[in-house]
Amino acid sequence: MSEPTKLQKLEKIDRRWVFLVMLVAVSIPLFVSVDLPLKVTPAAQSFYDSIEALQPGDIVYYAADYDPGSKPELDPMLMATLDHLCRKDVKIVSACLWPAAPPLLEAGLNTVAVEKYGKEYGVDFVHLGFKEGKENVMVQLGKSFRDVFPQDYYGTKVEDIPLLAQKKANGEWMVDKFDDVKMIVNISAGYPGTKEWVQQVRSRYNIPIISGCTAVSAPEYYTYLRSDQLSGLLGGLSGAAEYEDLVNLPGFGIQGMAAQSLGHVAIILMILVGNILYFINSRK
Amino acid sequence: MNLSGDIWVWVAAILTLAIMSYLYKDNPIYKFAEYLFVGVASGYYLSIYYANVMVPNLFTPVGDGVKALGGGVWTWDLWRLVALVLGLMLFSRLIPKFGWPSRWPMGLLVGAYSGLAIMGFAQGDLLAQLQDSLIPIIDKSALSAFGDASGMTNKFLAFLNVLSHPILIIGLLSTLYYFFFSQEHTGVSGKVAKVGIWFLMISFGASYGFTVMARVTLALDRLRFLFGDWLGLNIL
Repeated sequence: MSEPTKLQKLEKIDRRWVFLVMLVAVSIPLFVSVDLPLKVTPAAQSFYDSIEALQPGDIVYYAADYDPGSKPELDPMLMATLDHLCRKDVKIVSACLWPAAPPLLEAGLNTVAVEKYGKEYGVDFVHLGFKEGKENVMVQLGKSFRDVFPQDYYGTKVEDIPLLAQKKANGEWMVDKFDDVKMIVNISAGYPGTKEWVQQVRSRYNIPIISGCTAVSAPEYYTYLRSDQLSGLLGGLSGAAEYEDLVNLPGFGIQGMAAQSLGHVAIILMILVGNILYFINSRK
Repeated sequence: MNLSGDIWVWVAAILTLAIMSYLYKDNPIYKFAEYLFVGVASGYYLSIYYANVMVPNLFTPVGDGVKALGGGVWTWDLWRLVALVLGLMLFSRLIPKFGWPSRWPMGLLVGAYSGLAIMGFAQGDLLAQLQDSLIPIIDKSALSAFGDASGMTNKFLAFLNVLSHPILIIGLLSTLYYFFFSQEHTGVSGKVAKVGIWFLMISFGASYGFTVMARVTLALDRLRFLFGDWLGLNIL
């Protein structure tokens, strides 16, 4: 049996070299400034426009459905959307269908709503915490928030929370179901998330939904955007960067785009080199 | 370089490196971090399910219902005891000989979620997407925008917009045809199916690209943490 040639050896390179190349490619922009242009896509623009169209005093249902595994992608969206909503003086009823999401949402609300904008808990925003039940919870929320969430994340009964305790002249609760809110803002890492909100809530209750999602799920959700089942969509870190640009809040999204681009260039080059080596070696 | 003095930053950094060490090869340090994560996550989930679900949706209302019943008033909160019983029945699986009662709540769960999923898919996906696919081959507004566009770049983008409807229709029909197995994919039908494969491949490529973006983001976040928060290097 003949010795493999250098090119054949290169084709079967140890995968750890690939990791090293990626490490270098992603690290370079952390130390060297790489300015790349950022273009806002119609999907991000419509996400921005949907929040921009809200009026002071309007109420949104904020569904933070993710966990620390998706924090790098979705936290920039969470912070920027909360900032945009607070800037517009919109009231926020927030909750989670992922058990690990409540502390992430709480941190975002404290940083943005309380510390930056001086919003008052229970009056301007409320954190209802986590509830198990996935699609079932989504459907039930369309009938009554308080049936699903009798208490908020901190154990306070919803009847004692000013934002949820007001009643109409006919005795009905002012804020208790999707009919009482203007829009659903969903930050989604997978199941249950944007797909289920669209399937279970958009058609059933006819309420606009905008979504910020992980890059992995974004391709699936573009069809919802096309069919107007979603009113806006941010996909992955690039979506977050576009939105940060629109709300003029440069953060991890914009900072990360140079590293993203170099990482992608490295992968494209490796795919090309791998294919070229494959064709050369297979012809021998 | 300005190393962090926060003990928790050190814990997070060491655990991050422990997990990343798997990229070199499987090792005991990686295993330790993995098991620690599973243990901590299990404890966290148990506590949040208890505090956020069991207490507010079961224990508190049932307690209130029992109190009211003591005063001679029936409240619907007591119906939640049925859910408690059904939930407890699930645990009968732990004893294989007496596992049959677990089938009832399991059947209820499967039935309820199947119903929701079917309704959701039919209303939210099938009908809505079908409706959105019934479009004219040429979008008149895109065609007039193409006529009004000035400059090479705008003209080219407007031209691509004109093509969007035909591409969608061809892609939809050819992809559907690829999954139509009642006729052998040879001759003209084979070519149509091949076009369907091309569309599928392009969509897989887009998905792969987005997946790469997601993974690079995760790596970037950890690198920022290690270089910036932990080692205190001046990063941009």
